[in-house]
Amino acid sequence: MADLSTNDEAVAAALDTPVRRGEPILQVRNLKKHFPLTQGILFKKQVGAVKAVDGVSFDLYQGETLGIVGESGCGKSTVAKLLMNLERATAGEVFYKGQDITKLSGRALKAVRRNIQMVFQDPYTSLNPRMTVGDIIGETFDIHPEVAPKGERRRKVQDLLDVVGLNPEYINRYPHQFSGGQRQRIGIARGLALNPEIIICDEPVSALDVSVQAQVINLMEKLQDEFNLSYVFIAHDLSIVRHISDRVGVMYLGKLAEIGTDEEIYEHPTHPYTQALLSAVPVPDPQARADRDRIILTGDVPSPANPPSGCRFRTRCWKAQDKCATEQPVLAVPERFRGQKTLAAHESACHFAEERDVVHAG
Amino acid sequence: MLLEVRDLHVEFHTRDGVAKAVNGVNYSVDAGETLAVLGESGSGKSVTAQAVMGILDIPPGKIPQGEILFKGEDLLKLKEDERRKVRGAKMAMIFQDALSSLNPVLSVGEQLGEMFIVHKGMSKKDARAKAVELMDRVRIPAAKERVGQYPHQFSGGMRQRIMIAMALALEPELIIADEPTTALDVTVQAQVMDLLAELQRELNMGLILITHDLGVVADVADKIAVMYAGRIVEQAPVHEIYKAPAHPYTRGLLDSIPRLDQKGQELYAIKGLPPNLLAIPPGCAFNPRCPMAQDVCRTDVPPLYEVTESPVPRSSACHFWKECLHG
Repeated sequence: MADLSTNDEAVAAALDTPVRRGEPILQVRNLKKHFPLTQGILFKKQVGAVKAVDGVSFDLYQGETLGIVGESGCGKSTVAKLLMNLERATAGEVFYKGQDITKLSGRALKAVRRNIQMVFQDPYTSLNPRMTVGDIIGETFDIHPEVAPKGERRRKVQDLLDVVGLNPEYINRYPHQFSGGQRQRIGIARGLALNPEIIICDEPVSALDVSVQAQVINLMEKLQDEFNLSYVFIAHDLSIVRHISDRVGVMYLGKLAEIGTDEEIYEHPTHPYTQALLSAVPVPDPQARADRDRIILTGDVPSPANPPSGCRFRTRCWKAQDKCATEQPVLAVPERFRGQKTLAAHESACHFAEERDVVHAG
Repeated sequence: MLLEVRDLHVEFHTRDGVAKAVNGVNYSVDAGETLAVLGESGSGKSVTAQAVMGILDIPPGKIPQGEILFKGEDLLKLKEDERRKVRGAKMAMIFQDALSSLNPVLSVGEQLGEMFIVHKGMSKKDARAKAVELMDRVRIPAAKERVGQYPHQFSGGMRQRIMIAMALALEPELIIADEPTTALDVTVQAQVMDLLAELQRELNMGLILITHDLGVVADVADKIAVMYAGRIVEQAPVHEIYKAPAHPYTRGLLDSIPRLDQKGQELYAIKGLPPNLLAIPPGCAFNPRCPMAQDVCRTDVPPLYEVTESPVPRSSACHFWKECLHG
């Protein structure tokens, strides 16, 4: 009995944590991006579309980290580009402080982008090899001269290098003179240069060695506290996403399958895809290899040009029934958990959502 | 013992000097056993494997010292045509990037069948039948229909299965898999690792798994060799090493990865960077990054000490392995 009550208290405490802080800084509503598939050379006609992102909605709050996980081809990087308006959305809205940025262009878009910056995956290709570090970071001030007057730019760049843990004297060096981890720090310094409120990170540590990964993750967490940044953290490594995120969204074939706090998603997943994904992660604990509940999915991810009808996961799902082929599940708190004080009561797009612990050895 | 590597050295002569990629590696694998070689980029884990397979580019590479004993015979003393008979038939390799390892203008059937035509002198028709059989074996659905397709028509996971099929074609006794699942998604990674482990059991092969992923290692390996700057710094059965590492580098690696099953505090980060192979620090190569380093570490290269307190054979190249084991 005593055991049960402490468990209840833990759940209550987790439910009461003030996750929502005022107004969301970014609101994404039914965002879609379809890339046309064309045929013919002279007279191109559209024969279909790759539905890379097909109806994604979420909120991002000030100072929080929203992790987005999913396998390659699920549309997570396209979401990142849409949030920056680097790709034009086919449909849907992205509200930054109430303003829909998918409709903006020209000067208005430039002004918004000052507050939303991006850090890319590959520090080897995202830095121009012919520019010095000072030019790479300083270039942001050419585009937004109001942030730093000409005479102060060099000092400002040196300050930024210092903030990300690089020697300010390296300002005249070229990217090839740095290691992978140091280059990613340069990428982060560039992202920070304009004092943005939101940084979108697309796989920022996946190209780095294990021992260097931890350094960069720690730096990003420190900077978040220092500048009250909001992160959208896109990655395929589920352990890293859990470590850094306050909330996590799981994407599959252009849609969110499940979204919730890190504890809700990792300890109480209700969507079968999330469960399969989590159970497939190899855990660095040989003791667990026999005891863990493992779900091995069959087959590959279907093509986003021709996604399955109804629920997109049904072709690989062990729970699929007739209903799943005809009726598309909506992303909402499943009916059976609605109004209950349990961490399973979070948004999940499955007709047959049920809780299953897959990360702990049983 | 199926394979024994003894005091292997590999160096590369470059414009800037001699890069010492491998500096005295010893390891062994028995039939049916899985040895995981763990290390970061530049640790020499792949170069060692390439030397074993005999696919190292010489020059610029050079093997100044060492022995590679395959069932007691030193492969380094063989002539190139003798070596070629061992490669593929007795030992085979699976590479990380299946797309660039397969020939894009030949059908997978032709590439799989080539093994039988070259090594066994089979006819084209028989080789094709063998190719279908192999594709069935690595569970590629509709193998008969797909045998004529080209690599780009397969998904990443399916391509890696074809790589595995190719490695298994002549039923080798030893498989070397260099980051076989790094390029794959987690759900597919689990499928491929399961398949590999199952086939290994079935054929009683020795497996050398080269990886940087501590999770994958824990899932499949029997024993681990951790490499740093071209040397093995710790070698132990998999359970022992995760329970109590006897080298500060291994400890640092284990502490620096976030956990899936609990939300941790700040990550432990090993300070600094892996060394430049042109100028490996004197003494223990890890000393500039090591929290336990003393004066002796900066001058004396630690030998691979036997961890005497352990009931199973394990070793650590740290002067202070005892303190590390208990700390």
